[in-house]
Amino acid sequence: MLKELLVILIASSLVNNVVLSQFLGLCPFLGVSKKTETATGMGVAVIFVITLASAVAGAIYQFILQPFHIEYLQTIVFILVIAALVQFVEMFLKKFIPGLYQSLGVYLPLITTNCAVLGVALTNVQKNYGILTGIVNGFATAVGFTISIIILAGIREKLKYNDIPESFQGMPIVLVTAGLMAIAFCGFSGLL
Amino acid sequence: MSQIEEKEVKRENPVTERLLNGIVKENPTFVLMLGMCPTLAVTTSAINGLGMGLTTMVVLALSNVFISLLRNIIPDKVRIPAFIVIIASFVTMVELLLQGFIPFLYDALGIYIPLIVVNCIILGRAEAYAYKNPVIASLFDGIGMGLGFSVALTCIGAVRELLGAGEIFGIHVMPDSFVPVSIFIMAPGAFFVLALLTAIQNKVKIIGERKGKDMSKIQSGCNSDCMNCADTGCARRLIDDKTEKAGEEEKNNA
Repeated sequence: MLKELLVILIASSLVNNVVLSQFLGLCPFLGVSKKTETATGMGVAVIFVITLASAVAGAIYQFILQPFHIEYLQTIVFILVIAALVQFVEMFLKKFIPGLYQSLGVYLPLITTNCAVLGVALTNVQKNYGILTGIVNGFATAVGFTISIIILAGIREKLKYNDIPESFQGMPIVLVTAGLMAIAFCGFSGLL
Repeated sequence: MSQIEEKEVKRENPVTERLLNGIVKENPTFVLMLGMCPTLAVTTSAINGLGMGLTTMVVLALSNVFISLLRNIIPDKVRIPAFIVIIASFVTMVELLLQGFIPFLYDALGIYIPLIVVNCIILGRAEAYAYKNPVIASLFDGIGMGLGFSVALTCIGAVRELLGAGEIFGIHVMPDSFVPVSIFIMAPGAFFVLALLTAIQNKVKIIGERKGKDMSKIQSGCNSDCMNCADTGCARRLIDDKTEKAGEEEKNNA
């Protein structure tokens, strides 16, 4: 059991990296990666939300959708649950943990639309993961996102000192960087 | 921003105008750079790209019609959740239809079919066009945008398939001496193709601006900054105070 969880942890964070091999969560990956601090903030917020969302989505699937045989409603239910959950987390943090809210607050509404969150919830169902396995998978996926966004932000901070051709300035050079990172992450595929 | 302004361009025949707008003037991939996740993920071959594009088009057209029909009933404050429910319902229907009738496409596209729900293009069109315009125009807006998306995905898929496997639509076209660059059908290739595409887009924009044309429509998706995204379109689905305020302002303006 523990070994299985460990395999999922490595597979989802490094081998099948959510951004670099599955292309989920590209918008924040490209948009919030200008500075390492903001990238870290976004990464932590994503870890928090995805772990929570995969727990809630897994519970809803197992205790509501499956007993009533309405599994086909999963997309509708998951997207609404995730949107509501993010709102709820935001309100909860604002009221009870203002310190954390100040550091994560700005990133939370952005995560509602992050397709990685819905993607993880759907993958968990597709692969028949239980709630615990689903939570581990969600956490690992989010860690993979955080690793790649922080690396990209680190590279982007150095990029501005370089002489880049005019038409490659801005988004194109960032995408080239992401492509090179994706090649590097391909190397992990021999790991398992 | 750019999508809202176009309300005034409706005097010509709305059908052809909408179709052309979606395919050429505001092509969701080449001009607006929206919906990048499916664009990169499923364009490993031309047929997958075409399948994804057409699937998105069906959802886009249907949700546009439905939202346009309900535009006077849906209260402004809960419009985003309402849009999401409508879109998710159509996505579920299309997913089940694909599973039943085109199983090879269903297997090839996998998890990216349910993820059509979070495609920026669909929510963007619902918010920017269908919620404010009559049914027929909204239908053709959806078809036009969907066709533009399909054309773009097919082109990208064809280029990647040609370089990565020497084939187009599964038909061998390259000479035998050609060694496929298989990285192009793998994940890094997607980033490189998109990088080239945005570079070309940048170049067009720079040339156009030098000639003094208005190139504000050409933008690289969320290039600017995610924090300001809510004002420029692709994250207008966010259910926060900012969007509510924006909605109220629009209402006051109207």
